[in-house]
Amino acid sequence: MSTTAIATDLGLKPAATAATASRSVSSVEVTDYDNRQTVGKIVVDNAKMICRGVNVYYGEKQAIKNVSLDIGANEVIAFIGPSGCGKSTFLRCLNRMNDTITTCRVTGQIKLDDDDVYDKSIDVVQLRARVGMVFQKPNPFPKSIYENVAYGPRIHGMVNTKAELDDLVRDSLERAGLIKEVEKRLNEPGTSLSGGQQQRLCIARAIAVHPEVILMDEPCSALDPIATAKIEELIDELRENYTIVIVTHSMQQAARVSQRTAYFHLGDLIEIGETDQIFTNPKHKLTEDYITGRFG
Amino acid sequence: MLSYLLLTLALLSSAAYYLGRNRAFAVANGHIRNLHSLPGFYGSYTALWCGLPALLVLALWVALQPSLITDLVVAGLPPELHDLPADRLNLVVNDIKNLVNGNIVSSAPNPAILEAANHYRNLRVIGNSALWVVIVSLALAGLAYSWNAIAPTLRARNRVEQIVTLFLILSSTLAIFTTVGIVLSVLFESILFFQHVPITEFLFGLQWSPQTALRADQVGSSGAFGAIPLFSGTLLISGIAMLVAVPIGLMSALYLSEYATPRFRAIAKPALEILAGIPTVVYGFFAALTVAPLIRQIGTAMGLQVASESALAAGLVMGVMIIPFVSSLSDDVINAVPQSMRDGSYALGATKSETIKRVLLPAALPGIVGSILLAVSRAIGETMIVVMAAGLSANLTGNPLAAVTTVTVQIVTLLTGDQEFDSPKTLAAFALGLVLFTITLILNIIALRVVRKYREQYE
Ligand SMILES: Nc1ncnc2c1ncn2[C@@H]1O[C@H](COP(=O)(O)OP(=O)(O)O)[C@@H](O)[C@H]1O
Ligand SMILES: [Mg+2]
Repeated sequence: MSTTAIATDLGLKPAATAATASRSVSSVEVTDYDNRQTVGKIVVDNAKMICRGVNVYYGEKQAIKNVSLDIGANEVIAFIGPSGCGKSTFLRCLNRMNDTITTCRVTGQIKLDDDDVYDKSIDVVQLRARVGMVFQKPNPFPKSIYENVAYGPRIHGMVNTKAELDDLVRDSLERAGLIKEVEKRLNEPGTSLSGGQQQRLCIARAIAVHPEVILMDEPCSALDPIATAKIEELIDELRENYTIVIVTHSMQQAARVSQRTAYFHLGDLIEIGETDQIFTNPKHKLTEDYITGRFG
Repeated sequence: MLSYLLLTLALLSSAAYYLGRNRAFAVANGHIRNLHSLPGFYGSYTALWCGLPALLVLALWVALQPSLITDLVVAGLPPELHDLPADRLNLVVNDIKNLVNGNIVSSAPNPAILEAANHYRNLRVIGNSALWVVIVSLALAGLAYSWNAIAPTLRARNRVEQIVTLFLILSSTLAIFTTVGIVLSVLFESILFFQHVPITEFLFGLQWSPQTALRADQVGSSGAFGAIPLFSGTLLISGIAMLVAVPIGLMSALYLSEYATPRFRAIAKPALEILAGIPTVVYGFFAALTVAPLIRQIGTAMGLQVASESALAAGLVMGVMIIPFVSSLSDDVINAVPQSMRDGSYALGATKSETIKRVLLPAALPGIVGSILLAVSRAIGETMIVVMAAGLSANLTGNPLAAVTTVTVQIVTLLTGDQEFDSPKTLAAFALGLVLFTITLILNIIALRVVRKYREQYE
């Protein structure tokens, strides 16, 4: 299958593919599989997070190799790649969730605005309040819907009165597009919701602490197409106020929700660029193989 | 002689196994695929046919032979002995049996009894020889029958597995029947007791002094069987034990599951479980000889009145004994809370202790409650420590420094010593046992339900 066909498959603007349409063979610039230098522009003008030379080790094993990239403010950036390539690992560096794994070691530099994420002076509690996370499988706490959303604000002492908390909870549920469905059942357990609703509850929970960046690790992989569509719509709305990093297995999803895409392979960042360009005109042979479904 | 027979039977069965297997190979013409089952199953099939019927008959025979022989001997006794009243006749029969077995007899044997003893001996020899013949021929017959039956189409595996299933069922029902048997016997004895002492007096009486008269004119001939002091003593000691075990057990469980490094956990968890393996008598020593005097010394130094056998000493040591129960079960329960709950909490910026307090403990609470209830029922039923360290005086008091006694201790003291088995004093032990059994049963049922409900939550 040619990249052009894939592009139309993914619903991308035909204009983007027009330039390549005449070429019958692929347009890649790097054909050498052993060349693992990142292809594409890693820098953006208004960077929210800056990662330089990041390495991650699980014990002896290196899971991320010298990855550098910028995450722009108010953009949705998608991480794609075959499973086991280190997408989750890299994502979890961004809010230091890897700290909870004892064997895990991170080197290199990651900055959030001007703060060094891995600096000793940084308090992970503060960091994680600024960089929220949504997981692959919806994981609401076994508490009421209200308590699930109120959890973060409570531990961070963000509100003084019950009325303020009520407002914050409602506001977060509203931003997560869930308020209409749960308005009348705020005291029911969060686990009583459907899978898609649970995932939006988890998003509301993350939003409630007013993060600047939201990390999403395959947030739709456990959901049906309709629930997935809702979350994708939500991601598009959230972009206005938040920076979003999303790991996804689905290339269609990456194409639909993201502005930039990064392709990982065996711990290397192979290619990064505008989403349109990555899907219509990949520059590395590995990327092309992946998006044309030759492996993955 | 019975052991030789059993040995023979075992040998025959093993031989049957090989014969059956070889026969299976033979009828398969060398192609095992032709057989319905693997050759080993044909072997087992023949072995079972050889051993099982013979074994059943053997058991039946051994159970019936003595009474049969006795009946024959009694029938052959001369009329003057034969027509004796039942209890005297029993004595005579005993004499005969003693003579046969070469034991001492109650009086100089008269010729009729000697004669009967001879008769008995003869009958037994005949019986035993007949037994050998019957059993061995039965085994051989089973062997021959099944060996003959072996054919490629014989569903040997199904047959053998049926028998195995039967054994499994028998074994599992054995435990149930034993429980039922225990409950019934305790229940009947208790009913007997409640004919002597009204149940309301037993359950609500405040006085416990289970003396009964050996002679009618004895002083203090009537006992008091009010069990409240025992219940309160049990409650007091178990309460102290739980005060020790629950916080320590829970905190060590939290440390082990959330904070400890895997290396430390690998050492500490088994070490804690060793605590559970120490015999309770040893804890008893420790309580009576080390802890109780220590508490007394400290108490007197502080100007308090401490009995040398105090509820506190027994309760503390019992608490230590129960720690591993609480910690091990709670640790399992806390570990069973999915990692995704922890991740969700950490990702919101919660610290470890906030995560424990606000997510893990609430999520694990039902399971923890279950484990505590199991520990309580263990504490209530515990005997050895309290026997050695808590004393025997049935005081109705809430003072942990006084000596109290518990239900289990009283059961022990009531049943040790020379007492008729139908005196209220001994029967009281069964009534106490019934109460104890009921309480721990209810606690266990609640605990198991709670734990199961909790398990479903994450499935
Ligand atoms: N906790 C861990 N301990 C050791 N190795 C891990 C751990 N988590 C992930 N890995 C390894 O790191 C590599 C990258 O994993 P991951 O980031 O989960 O990949 P992806 O999310 O892209 O599927 C894999 O080879 C995986 O086996
Ligand atoms: Mg992953």
